[in-house]
Amino acid sequence: MTFAHPVRAGLLSAAVGLAAIAGFADMALAQATAAAPAVADKGDTAWMLTSTLLVLLMIVPGLALFYGGLVRSKNMLSVLTQVLAVACLSMLMWVAIGYSLAFTEGSPFIGGFAKSFLAGVAKDTVNSGGTIPEYVFFAFQMTFASITPALALGAFAERTKFSATLLFALLWGILVYYPIAHMVWQSDGYLMKLGALDFAGGTVVHINAGIAGLVGALIVGKRVGFGKDLMAPHSLTLTFTGGALLWIGWFGFNAGSALAANDVAALALVNTLLATAAAALSWMFVEWAAKGKASLLGTVSGVIAGLVAITPAAGLVGPIGGIVLGLVGGAVSFFFCTTVKNAFGYDDTADVFGVHGVAGIVGSIGTGVFVSASLGGVGVENYDMATQVWNQIVAVIIAIVWCGVISAIIFKVIDLTIGLRPATDAEREGLDITDHGERAYNM
Amino acid sequence: MKIVMAIIKPFKLDEVRDALTSLGIHGLTVTEVRGYGRQKGHTEIYRGAEYAVSFLPKVKIEVAVPGDQVERVIGAIVGAAKTGQIGDGKIFVMSLEHAVRIRTGEADADAL
Repeated sequence: MTFAHPVRAGLLSAAVGLAAIAGFADMALAQATAAAPAVADKGDTAWMLTSTLLVLLMIVPGLALFYGGLVRSKNMLSVLTQVLAVACLSMLMWVAIGYSLAFTEGSPFIGGFAKSFLAGVAKDTVNSGGTIPEYVFFAFQMTFASITPALALGAFAERTKFSATLLFALLWGILVYYPIAHMVWQSDGYLMKLGALDFAGGTVVHINAGIAGLVGALIVGKRVGFGKDLMAPHSLTLTFTGGALLWIGWFGFNAGSALAANDVAALALVNTLLATAAAALSWMFVEWAAKGKASLLGTVSGVIAGLVAITPAAGLVGPIGGIVLGLVGGAVSFFFCTTVKNAFGYDDTADVFGVHGVAGIVGSIGTGVFVSASLGGVGVENYDMATQVWNQIVAVIIAIVWCGVISAIIFKVIDLTIGLRPATDAEREGLDITDHGERAYNM
Repeated sequence: MKIVMAIIKPFKLDEVRDALTSLGIHGLTVTEVRGYGRQKGHTEIYRGAEYAVSFLPKVKIEVAVPGDQVERVIGAIVGAAKTGQIGDGKIFVMSLEHAVRIRTGEADADAL
Protein backbone atom coordinates (compact mmCIF):
# COMPACT_ATOMS: atom_id res chain seq x y z
CA MET A 1 0.00 0.00 0.00
CA THR A 2 2.74 2.34 0.96
CA PHE A 3 4.45 1.75 -2.33
CA ALA A 4 1.46 2.13 -4.58
CA HIS A 5 2.30 5.75 -5.24
CA PRO A 6 6.05 5.62 -5.75
CA VAL A 7 5.39 2.89 -8.31
CA ARG A 8 2.82 5.02 -10.07
CA ALA A 9 5.15 8.03 -9.90
CA GLY A 10 7.93 5.90 -11.38
CA LEU A 11 5.81 4.88 -14.35
CA LEU A 12 4.86 8.50 -14.95
CA SER A 13 8.44 9.78 -14.86
CA ALA A 14 9.54 6.98 -17.21
CA ALA A 15 6.81 8.00 -19.62
CA VAL A 16 7.84 11.66 -19.42
CA GLY A 17 11.51 10.80 -19.92
CA LEU A 18 10.69 8.71 -22.95
CA ALA A 19 8.63 11.51 -24.44
CA ALA A 20 11.44 14.05 -23.94
CA ILE A 21 13.90 11.86 -25.82
CA ALA A 22 11.58 10.85 -28.62
CA GLY A 23 10.09 14.26 -29.25
CA PHE A 24 6.58 15.59 -29.53
CA ALA A 25 5.26 13.17 -32.12
CA ASP A 26 6.16 10.18 -30.01
CA MET A 27 4.80 11.80 -26.87
CA ALA A 28 1.28 11.01 -27.97
CA LEU A 29 2.37 7.40 -28.40
CA ALA A 30 3.89 7.32 -24.91
CA GLN A 31 0.71 8.69 -23.44
CA ALA A 32 -1.28 6.10 -25.34
CA THR A 33 1.00 3.40 -23.92
CA ALA A 34 0.61 4.77 -20.39
CA ALA A 35 -3.15 4.83 -20.82
CA ALA A 36 -3.27 1.15 -21.83
CA PRO A 37 -4.90 -1.09 -19.19
CA ALA A 38 -2.45 -2.29 -16.55
CA VAL A 39 -1.49 -5.94 -16.74
CA ALA A 40 -0.58 -8.02 -13.70
CA ASP A 41 3.02 -9.16 -13.34
CA LYS A 42 3.32 -12.95 -13.08
CA GLY A 43 6.15 -12.95 -10.52
CA ASP A 44 4.44 -10.41 -8.29
CA THR A 45 1.17 -12.28 -8.56
CA ALA A 46 2.77 -15.60 -7.65
CA TRP A 47 4.38 -14.11 -4.54
CA MET A 48 1.17 -12.36 -3.47
CA LEU A 49 -0.89 -15.54 -3.90
CA THR A 50 1.64 -17.25 -1.64
CA SER A 51 1.66 -14.35 0.86
CA THR A 52 -2.12 -14.42 1.12
CA LEU A 53 -2.07 -18.08 2.13
CA LEU A 54 0.84 -17.48 4.54
CA VAL A 55 -1.29 -14.92 6.40
CA LEU A 56 -4.13 -17.46 6.50
CA LEU A 57 -1.61 -19.91 8.02
CA MET A 58 -0.98 -17.33 10.74
CA ILE A 59 -4.66 -17.43 11.73
CA VAL A 60 -5.43 -21.13 11.36
CA PRO A 61 -3.73 -22.97 12.76
CA GLY A 62 -1.01 -20.52 13.97
CA LEU A 63 -2.82 -18.00 16.14
CA ALA A 64 -5.50 -20.50 17.20
CA LEU A 65 -2.89 -22.93 18.57
CA PHE A 66 -0.75 -20.16 20.07
CA TYR A 67 -3.70 -18.88 22.10
CA GLY A 68 -5.20 -22.34 22.63
CA GLY A 69 -2.10 -23.60 24.38
CA LEU A 70 -2.14 -20.61 26.73
CA VAL A 71 -5.60 -21.30 28.16
CA ARG A 72 -6.77 -24.08 30.46
CA SER A 73 -7.72 -27.36 28.80
CA LYS A 74 -11.43 -26.80 29.55
CA ASN A 75 -11.42 -23.74 27.24
CA MET A 76 -9.19 -25.04 24.44
CA LEU A 77 -11.99 -25.64 21.93
CA SER A 78 -13.66 -22.32 22.72
CA VAL A 79 -10.49 -20.48 21.69
CA LEU A 80 -10.04 -22.57 18.53
CA THR A 81 -13.70 -22.10 17.57
CA GLN A 82 -13.69 -18.36 18.29
CA VAL A 83 -10.58 -17.74 16.20
CA LEU A 84 -11.84 -19.89 13.31
CA ALA A 85 -15.39 -18.52 13.27
CA VAL A 86 -14.34 -14.87 13.69
CA ALA A 87 -11.87 -15.25 10.80
CA CYS A 88 -14.56 -16.76 8.56
CA LEU A 89 -17.11 -14.10 9.52
CA SER A 90 -14.55 -11.37 8.83
CA MET A 91 -13.96 -12.75 5.34
CA LEU A 92 -17.62 -12.56 4.37
CA MET A 93 -17.89 -9.09 5.90
CA TRP A 94 -14.85 -8.07 3.85
CA VAL A 95 -16.45 -9.00 0.53
CA ALA A 96 -19.78 -7.45 1.52
CA ILE A 97 -18.61 -4.00 2.64
CA GLY A 98 -15.20 -4.14 4.32
CA TYR A 99 -12.98 -3.99 1.25
CA SER A 100 -15.00 -1.15 -0.20
CA LEU A 101 -15.10 0.88 3.03
CA ALA A 102 -11.35 0.48 3.52
CA PHE A 103 -10.01 0.74 -0.04
CA THR A 104 -12.22 3.08 -2.05
CA GLU A 105 -12.13 6.85 -2.16
CA GLY A 106 -14.37 8.58 0.32
CA SER A 107 -13.74 10.83 3.29
CA PRO A 108 -10.37 10.92 5.09
CA PHE A 109 -11.84 8.51 7.66
CA ILE A 110 -13.84 5.94 5.69
CA GLY A 111 -14.31 4.87 2.08
CA GLY A 112 -17.55 4.36 0.19
CA PHE A 113 -19.67 1.46 -0.99
CA ALA A 114 -18.50 1.52 -4.62
CA LYS A 115 -16.87 -1.92 -4.45
CA SER A 116 -19.39 -3.64 -2.17
CA PHE A 117 -19.63 -7.34 -3.07
CA LEU A 118 -16.64 -6.73 -5.36
CA ALA A 119 -18.66 -4.53 -7.71
CA GLY A 120 -16.51 -3.49 -10.66
CA VAL A 121 -13.74 -5.96 -9.86
CA ALA A 122 -13.17 -8.53 -12.58
CA LYS A 123 -10.61 -11.22 -13.35
CA ASP A 124 -8.40 -8.83 -15.32
CA THR A 125 -8.68 -5.83 -12.95
CA VAL A 126 -5.30 -4.80 -11.52
CA ASN A 127 -4.94 -3.22 -8.08
CA SER A 128 -4.64 0.57 -8.00
CA GLY A 129 -1.15 1.62 -9.08
CA GLY A 130 0.14 -1.92 -8.68
CA THR A 131 1.01 -5.07 -10.61
CA ILE A 132 -1.23 -7.79 -9.18
CA PRO A 133 -4.83 -8.77 -9.95
CA GLU A 134 -7.22 -6.85 -7.72
CA TYR A 135 -8.65 -10.21 -6.62
CA VAL A 136 -5.30 -11.02 -5.04
CA PHE A 137 -5.03 -7.58 -3.41
CA PHE A 138 -8.58 -8.02 -2.11
CA ALA A 139 -7.81 -11.48 -0.72
CA PHE A 140 -4.47 -10.44 0.80
CA GLN A 141 -6.11 -7.53 2.63
CA MET A 142 -8.97 -9.82 3.63
CA THR A 143 -6.61 -12.01 5.62
CA PHE A 144 -5.44 -8.91 7.52
CA ALA A 145 -9.02 -7.93 8.33
CA SER A 146 -9.58 -11.51 9.53
CA ILE A 147 -6.58 -11.87 11.81
CA THR A 148 -7.01 -8.54 13.61
CA PRO A 149 -10.26 -9.22 15.53
CA ALA A 150 -9.03 -12.79 16.11
CA LEU A 151 -5.88 -11.35 17.75
CA ALA A 152 -8.00 -9.26 20.11
CA LEU A 153 -9.99 -12.32 21.29
CA GLY A 154 -7.02 -13.64 23.25
CA ALA A 155 -7.26 -10.84 25.80
CA PHE A 156 -10.74 -11.80 27.03
CA ALA A 157 -10.60 -15.54 26.31
CA GLU A 158 -11.89 -18.12 28.80
CA ARG A 159 -14.75 -15.92 30.00
CA THR A 160 -16.61 -14.47 27.00
CA LYS A 161 -19.66 -16.07 25.42
CA PHE A 162 -19.21 -17.39 21.90
CA SER A 163 -22.16 -15.34 20.64
CA ALA A 164 -20.61 -12.20 22.14
CA THR A 165 -17.30 -12.79 20.34
CA LEU A 166 -19.12 -13.06 16.99
CA LEU A 167 -21.10 -9.86 17.60
CA PHE A 168 -17.87 -8.14 18.66
CA ALA A 169 -16.16 -9.15 15.41
CA LEU A 170 -19.12 -7.90 13.36
CA LEU A 171 -19.37 -4.47 14.97
CA TRP A 172 -15.65 -3.95 15.49
CA GLY A 173 -14.77 -4.66 11.87
CA ILE A 174 -17.21 -2.05 10.63
CA LEU A 175 -16.61 0.64 13.24
CA VAL A 176 -12.90 0.23 13.98
CA TYR A 177 -10.93 -1.87 11.49
CA TYR A 178 -12.30 -0.52 8.19
CA PRO A 179 -11.96 3.15 9.21
CA ILE A 180 -8.42 2.75 10.54
CA ALA A 181 -7.30 0.68 7.55
CA HIS A 182 -8.74 3.43 5.32
CA MET A 183 -7.05 6.22 7.28
CA VAL A 184 -3.64 4.52 7.14
CA TRP A 185 -3.51 2.77 3.77
CA GLN A 186 -5.90 4.47 1.34
CA SER A 187 -4.50 7.38 -0.68
CA ASP A 188 -7.10 9.85 0.65
CA GLY A 189 -6.85 8.49 4.23
CA TYR A 190 -6.16 10.96 7.01
CA LEU A 191 -3.00 9.32 8.32
CA MET A 192 -1.72 8.48 4.83
CA LYS A 193 -1.93 12.16 3.90
CA LEU A 194 -0.30 13.11 7.18
CA GLY A 195 2.70 11.03 6.14
CA ALA A 196 2.52 8.43 8.90
CA LEU A 197 4.34 5.24 7.92
CA ASP A 198 2.89 1.78 8.52
CA PHE A 199 4.45 -0.78 6.22
CA ALA A 200 2.50 -3.91 7.15
CA GLY A 201 0.02 -2.98 9.84
CA GLY A 202 1.62 -1.86 13.12
CA THR A 203 -1.21 0.57 13.82
CA VAL A 204 -3.96 -1.04 11.73
CA VAL A 205 -3.47 -4.57 13.00
CA HIS A 206 -1.41 -4.71 16.16
CA ILE A 207 -2.07 -1.50 18.10
CA ASN A 208 -5.69 -1.89 17.04
CA ALA A 209 -5.93 -5.49 18.29
CA GLY A 210 -3.94 -4.71 21.44
CA ILE A 211 -6.15 -1.80 22.46
CA ALA A 212 -9.38 -3.67 21.60
CA GLY A 213 -8.09 -6.58 23.67
CA LEU A 214 -7.24 -4.40 26.66
CA VAL A 215 -10.61 -2.63 26.56
CA GLY A 216 -12.32 -6.00 26.26
CA ALA A 217 -10.37 -7.48 29.17
CA LEU A 218 -11.31 -4.48 31.34
CA ILE A 219 -15.02 -4.43 30.43
CA VAL A 220 -15.58 -8.19 30.38
CA GLY A 221 -13.77 -8.37 33.71
CA LYS A 222 -11.41 -10.87 35.29
CA ARG A 223 -11.82 -14.62 34.99
CA VAL A 224 -13.49 -16.30 37.96
CA GLY A 225 -10.68 -17.19 40.37
CA PHE A 226 -8.13 -14.86 38.75
CA GLY A 227 -5.21 -14.34 41.12
CA LYS A 228 -6.29 -17.29 43.31
CA ASP A 229 -6.65 -20.36 41.12
CA LEU A 230 -3.91 -21.99 39.10
CA MET A 231 -4.36 -20.71 35.53
CA ALA A 232 -1.23 -22.15 33.98
CA PRO A 233 -1.21 -22.64 30.18
CA HIS A 234 -2.46 -26.16 29.43
CA SER A 235 0.01 -26.86 26.63
CA LEU A 236 3.07 -24.76 25.94
CA THR A 237 3.93 -27.37 23.30
CA LEU A 238 0.94 -26.17 21.25
CA THR A 239 1.78 -22.54 22.03
CA PHE A 240 5.27 -23.17 20.66
CA THR A 241 3.82 -24.83 17.55
CA GLY A 242 1.39 -21.96 17.00
CA GLY A 243 4.11 -19.37 17.62
CA ALA A 244 6.41 -21.03 15.09
CA LEU A 245 3.60 -21.09 12.50
CA LEU A 246 2.95 -17.40 13.20
CA TRP A 247 6.60 -16.61 12.49
CA ILE A 248 6.54 -18.53 9.22
CA GLY A 249 3.22 -17.00 8.18
CA TRP A 250 4.47 -13.53 9.07
CA PHE A 251 6.68 -13.55 5.97
CA GLY A 252 3.48 -13.30 3.97
CA PHE A 253 2.29 -10.53 6.26
CA ASN A 254 5.47 -8.44 6.11
CA ALA A 255 7.26 -9.32 2.89
CA GLY A 256 3.86 -9.62 1.19
CA SER A 257 3.11 -6.02 2.15
CA ALA A 258 5.57 -4.97 -0.54
CA LEU A 259 2.73 -6.10 -2.87
CA ALA A 260 5.42 -7.30 -5.25
CA ALA A 261 8.27 -9.83 -5.47
CA ASN A 262 11.01 -7.24 -5.33
CA ASP A 263 13.84 -5.67 -3.31
CA VAL A 264 11.41 -4.24 -0.75
CA ALA A 265 10.01 -7.71 -0.08
CA ALA A 266 13.57 -8.98 0.32
CA LEU A 267 14.36 -6.30 2.90
CA ALA A 268 11.13 -7.06 4.75
CA LEU A 269 12.03 -10.76 4.81
CA VAL A 270 15.49 -10.11 6.26
CA ASN A 271 14.01 -7.79 8.89
CA THR A 272 11.33 -10.33 9.77
CA LEU A 273 14.08 -12.83 10.56
CA LEU A 274 16.60 -10.61 12.34
CA ALA A 275 14.30 -8.38 14.41
CA THR A 276 12.43 -11.46 15.57
CA ALA A 277 15.58 -13.29 16.61
CA ALA A 278 16.75 -10.18 18.48
CA ALA A 279 13.44 -9.79 20.32
CA ALA A 280 13.30 -13.48 21.29
CA LEU A 281 16.76 -13.28 22.87
CA SER A 282 15.96 -9.89 24.38
CA TRP A 283 12.89 -11.22 26.22
CA MET A 284 14.71 -14.43 27.15
CA PHE A 285 17.75 -12.74 28.70
CA VAL A 286 15.76 -10.02 30.47
CA GLU A 287 13.48 -12.69 31.98
CA TRP A 288 16.49 -14.81 32.89
CA ALA A 289 18.02 -11.86 34.72
CA ALA A 290 14.77 -10.73 36.38
CA LYS A 291 13.15 -14.08 37.25
CA GLY A 292 16.10 -16.43 37.42
CA LYS A 293 15.11 -18.72 34.55
CA ALA A 294 14.95 -18.49 30.77
CA SER A 295 11.51 -19.83 29.83
CA LEU A 296 10.10 -21.23 26.60
CA LEU A 297 6.96 -19.13 26.94
CA GLY A 298 9.12 -16.03 27.38
CA THR A 299 11.25 -16.82 24.34
CA VAL A 300 8.21 -17.54 22.15
CA SER A 301 6.55 -14.36 23.45
CA GLY A 302 9.71 -12.51 22.43
CA VAL A 303 9.34 -13.96 18.92
CA ILE A 304 5.83 -12.54 18.67
CA ALA A 305 6.85 -9.19 20.18
CA GLY A 306 9.67 -8.93 17.63
CA LEU A 307 7.36 -9.77 14.73
CA VAL A 308 4.92 -7.11 15.91
CA ALA A 309 7.63 -4.48 16.43
CA ILE A 310 9.08 -4.97 12.95
CA THR A 311 5.68 -5.06 11.21
CA PRO A 312 5.28 -1.30 10.64
CA ALA A 313 8.98 -1.03 9.78
CA ALA A 314 9.64 -4.19 7.77
CA GLY A 315 10.27 -2.66 4.33
CA LEU A 316 11.37 0.74 5.61
CA VAL A 317 14.25 0.24 8.05
CA GLY A 318 17.62 -1.39 7.53
CA PRO A 319 18.47 -4.77 9.10
CA ILE A 320 20.46 -3.22 11.95
CA GLY A 321 17.66 -0.77 12.72
CA GLY A 322 15.32 -3.76 12.68
CA ILE A 323 17.47 -5.57 15.23
CA VAL A 324 17.35 -2.52 17.51
CA LEU A 325 13.54 -2.40 17.19
CA GLY A 326 13.42 -6.10 18.08
CA LEU A 327 15.66 -5.72 21.13
CA VAL A 328 13.59 -2.81 22.45
CA GLY A 329 10.25 -4.43 21.57
CA GLY A 330 11.10 -7.68 23.37
CA ALA A 331 12.29 -6.02 26.56
CA VAL A 332 9.47 -3.46 26.77
CA SER A 333 6.82 -6.13 26.12
CA PHE A 334 8.30 -8.28 28.89
CA PHE A 335 8.06 -5.32 31.27
CA PHE A 336 4.39 -4.75 30.37
CA CYS A 337 3.40 -8.43 30.55
CA THR A 338 4.93 -8.82 34.01
CA THR A 339 5.39 -5.63 36.01
CA VAL A 340 2.77 -3.33 34.49
CA LYS A 341 0.04 -5.98 34.18
CA ASN A 342 0.51 -7.08 37.79
CA ALA A 343 0.59 -3.49 39.02
CA PHE A 344 -2.75 -2.66 37.41
CA GLY A 345 -4.25 -6.10 37.98
CA TYR A 346 -6.11 -6.41 34.66
CA ASP A 347 -6.68 -9.91 33.31
CA ASP A 348 -5.33 -10.01 29.74
CA THR A 349 -5.48 -13.78 29.22
CA ALA A 350 -2.99 -14.08 26.35
CA ASP A 351 -1.25 -10.72 26.87
CA VAL A 352 -2.64 -9.25 23.66
CA PHE A 353 -2.06 -5.71 24.92
CA GLY A 354 1.32 -6.46 26.47
CA VAL A 355 2.65 -8.04 23.29
CA HIS A 356 0.69 -6.65 20.32
CA GLY A 357 -0.29 -3.26 21.69
CA VAL A 358 3.01 -2.43 23.33
CA ALA A 359 5.39 -3.84 20.70
CA GLY A 360 3.14 -2.28 18.04
CA ILE A 361 3.60 1.15 19.63
CA VAL A 362 7.37 0.62 19.95
CA GLY A 363 7.58 -0.43 16.29
CA SER A 364 5.33 2.32 14.96
CA ILE A 365 7.23 5.10 16.69
CA GLY A 366 10.60 3.43 16.08
CA THR A 367 9.83 3.29 12.35
CA GLY A 368 9.94 7.10 12.35
CA VAL A 369 13.50 6.95 13.68
CA PHE A 370 15.03 4.03 11.80
CA VAL A 371 13.50 4.85 8.41
CA SER A 372 16.19 7.53 8.35
CA ALA A 373 18.70 6.91 5.56
CA SER A 374 21.49 7.92 7.96
CA LEU A 375 20.47 4.99 10.20
CA GLY A 376 20.33 2.50 7.33
CA GLY A 377 16.65 2.94 6.48
CA VAL A 378 15.20 3.46 3.02
CA GLY A 379 14.58 7.15 3.74
CA VAL A 380 11.59 9.36 3.06
CA GLU A 381 11.46 12.40 0.81
CA ASN A 382 12.15 15.63 2.78
CA TYR A 383 12.85 13.52 5.86
CA ASP A 384 13.07 15.19 9.22
CA MET A 385 13.29 12.84 12.17
CA ALA A 386 11.35 15.00 14.61
CA THR A 387 8.52 15.55 12.12
CA GLN A 388 8.38 11.90 11.13
CA VAL A 389 8.41 10.67 14.74
CA TRP A 390 5.69 13.18 15.57
CA ASN A 391 3.59 11.92 12.65
CA GLN A 392 4.07 8.38 13.91
CA ILE A 393 2.99 9.42 17.42
CA VAL A 394 -0.09 11.15 16.03
CA ALA A 395 -1.02 7.98 14.13
CA VAL A 396 -0.54 5.88 17.26
CA ILE A 397 -2.64 8.25 19.37
CA ILE A 398 -5.43 8.39 16.80
CA ALA A 399 -5.48 4.60 16.56
CA ILE A 400 -5.52 4.26 20.38
CA VAL A 401 -8.28 6.81 20.90
CA TRP A 402 -10.46 5.71 17.98
CA CYS A 403 -10.12 2.03 18.78
CA GLY A 404 -10.31 2.53 22.56
CA VAL A 405 -13.45 4.64 22.61
CA ILE A 406 -15.40 2.73 19.96
CA SER A 407 -14.35 -0.68 21.31
CA ALA A 408 -15.57 0.37 24.77
CA ILE A 409 -18.94 1.35 23.31
CA ILE A 410 -19.16 -1.94 21.40
CA PHE A 411 -18.42 -4.03 24.49
CA LYS A 412 -20.94 -2.05 26.56
CA VAL A 413 -23.62 -2.47 23.90
CA ILE A 414 -23.00 -6.23 23.73
CA ASP A 415 -23.08 -6.43 27.54
CA LEU A 416 -26.45 -4.64 27.65
CA THR A 417 -28.00 -6.68 24.82
CA ILE A 418 -26.94 -10.32 24.50
CA GLY A 419 -24.49 -10.22 27.43
CA LEU A 420 -20.72 -10.70 27.42
CA ARG A 421 -20.21 -13.34 30.07
CA PRO A 422 -21.48 -16.84 30.61
CA ALA A 423 -22.99 -17.79 33.99
CA THR A 424 -20.34 -18.25 36.68
CA ASP A 425 -21.08 -21.98 36.89
CA ALA A 426 -20.68 -22.31 33.12
CA GLU A 427 -17.38 -20.44 33.25
CA ARG A 428 -16.17 -22.77 36.02
CA GLU A 429 -17.16 -25.84 34.03
CA GLY A 430 -15.38 -24.49 30.96
CA LEU A 431 -16.63 -22.97 27.73
CA ASP A 432 -15.83 -26.11 25.69
CA ILE A 433 -18.74 -27.96 27.29
CA THR A 434 -21.10 -25.05 27.94
CA ASP A 435 -20.69 -23.16 24.64
CA HIS A 436 -19.77 -25.95 22.25
CA GLY A 437 -20.88 -29.24 23.84
CA GLU A 438 -17.57 -31.01 23.34
CA ARG A 439 -14.27 -31.61 25.05
CA ALA A 440 -10.76 -31.08 23.66
CA TYR A 441 -9.17 -34.14 25.20
CA ASN A 442 -11.07 -37.37 25.87
CA MET A 443 -8.41 -39.44 27.55
CA MET B 1 -2.89 -60.37 55.82
CA LYS B 2 -1.78 -56.78 55.39
CA ILE B 3 -2.03 -54.03 52.79
CA VAL B 4 1.28 -52.26 52.31
CA MET B 5 0.74 -48.83 50.81
CA ALA B 6 3.79 -46.83 49.74
CA ILE B 7 4.05 -43.30 48.35
CA ILE B 8 7.24 -43.11 46.33
CA LYS B 9 9.05 -40.96 43.80
CA PRO B 10 7.68 -41.73 40.32
CA PHE B 11 11.05 -42.58 38.81
CA LYS B 12 11.60 -45.25 41.50
CA LEU B 13 8.59 -47.31 40.43
CA ASP B 14 10.45 -49.82 38.25
CA GLU B 15 13.11 -50.49 40.88
CA VAL B 16 10.44 -51.08 43.51
CA ARG B 17 8.55 -53.42 41.22
CA ASP B 18 11.72 -55.42 40.51
CA ALA B 19 12.51 -55.65 44.22
CA LEU B 20 9.01 -56.93 45.03
CA THR B 21 9.00 -59.40 42.15
CA SER B 22 12.25 -60.88 43.45
CA LEU B 23 10.46 -61.53 46.77
CA GLY B 24 7.78 -63.49 44.93
CA ILE B 25 5.10 -60.81 45.15
CA HIS B 26 2.75 -61.38 42.23
CA GLY B 27 0.40 -58.40 42.24
CA LEU B 28 0.68 -54.67 42.63
CA THR B 29 -1.63 -51.70 42.08
CA VAL B 30 -0.18 -48.34 41.03
CA THR B 31 -1.87 -44.92 41.16
CA GLU B 32 -0.50 -41.55 40.11
CA VAL B 33 -1.12 -39.18 42.99
CA ARG B 34 -0.16 -35.68 44.12
CA GLY B 35 0.58 -34.53 47.61
CA TYR B 36 3.04 -32.98 49.95
CA GLY B 37 5.02 -33.89 53.04
CA ARG B 38 8.25 -32.31 54.17
CA GLN B 39 9.37 -31.69 50.61
CA LYS B 40 8.57 -28.16 49.53
CA GLY B 41 6.87 -27.49 46.20
CA HIS B 42 8.24 -25.24 43.49
CA THR B 43 7.28 -22.01 41.74
CA GLU B 44 6.06 -21.89 38.16
CA ILE B 45 6.16 -18.59 36.25
CA TYR B 46 4.09 -17.96 33.11
CA ARG B 47 4.93 -14.44 31.92
CA GLY B 48 3.70 -12.29 34.81
CA ALA B 49 1.78 -15.01 36.64
CA GLU B 50 3.62 -16.86 39.41
CA TYR B 51 2.12 -20.00 40.92
CA ALA B 52 3.39 -21.86 43.98
CA VAL B 53 2.92 -25.55 43.20
CA SER B 54 2.78 -27.27 46.58
CA PHE B 55 1.38 -30.65 45.50
CA LEU B 56 4.05 -32.74 43.86
CA PRO B 57 3.49 -35.77 41.66
CA LYS B 58 4.11 -39.11 43.38
CA VAL B 59 3.25 -42.74 42.72
CA LYS B 60 1.19 -44.73 45.20
CA ILE B 61 1.64 -48.51 45.18
CA GLU B 62 -0.60 -50.92 47.05
CA VAL B 63 0.31 -54.54 47.62
CA ALA B 64 -1.58 -57.19 49.63
CA VAL B 65 0.74 -59.65 51.40
CA PRO B 66 0.55 -62.45 53.99
CA GLY B 67 1.30 -61.15 57.49
CA ASP B 68 4.65 -62.94 57.77
CA GLN B 69 6.03 -61.23 54.65
CA VAL B 70 5.31 -57.64 55.70
CA GLU B 71 8.78 -56.82 57.07
CA ARG B 72 10.55 -58.22 53.98
CA VAL B 73 8.23 -56.26 51.68
CA ILE B 74 8.85 -53.05 53.64
CA GLY B 75 12.58 -53.71 53.49
CA ALA B 76 12.46 -54.25 49.75
CA ILE B 77 10.51 -51.03 49.13
CA VAL B 78 12.77 -48.97 51.38
CA GLY B 79 15.85 -50.45 49.74
CA ALA B 80 14.62 -49.72 46.22
CA ALA B 81 12.91 -46.34 46.71
CA LYS B 82 15.44 -44.61 48.95
CA THR B 83 17.55 -41.80 47.53
CA GLY B 84 18.37 -40.18 50.86
CA GLN B 85 16.86 -36.92 49.64
CA ILE B 86 13.80 -35.26 51.15
CA GLY B 87 10.63 -36.41 49.35
CA ASP B 88 11.43 -40.14 49.16
CA GLY B 89 7.94 -40.88 50.44
CA LYS B 90 6.29 -43.02 53.14
CA ILE B 91 5.02 -46.54 53.77
CA PHE B 92 1.74 -47.31 55.55
CA VAL B 93 0.67 -50.78 56.65
CA MET B 94 -2.99 -51.67 57.23
CA SER B 95 -4.80 -54.81 58.30
CA LEU B 96 -6.60 -56.70 55.55
CA GLU B 97 -9.71 -58.62 56.67
CA HIS B 98 -10.67 -60.57 53.61
CA ALA B 99 -9.62 -61.15 49.99
CA VAL B 100 -11.28 -62.93 47.05
CA ARG B 101 -9.93 -63.75 43.57
CA ILE B 102 -12.82 -62.91 41.26
CA ARG B 103 -12.11 -65.51 38.55
CA THR B 104 -11.94 -68.59 40.82
CA GLY B 105 -13.62 -67.52 44.04
CA GLU B 106 -10.47 -68.47 46.02
CA ALA B 107 -10.34 -66.62 49.33
CA ASP B 108 -7.81 -64.96 51.65
CA ALA B 109 -4.21 -66.30 51.46
CA ASP B 110 -5.04 -68.33 48.32
CA ALA B 111 -6.28 -65.19 46.61
CA LEU B 112 -3.07 -63.18 47.12
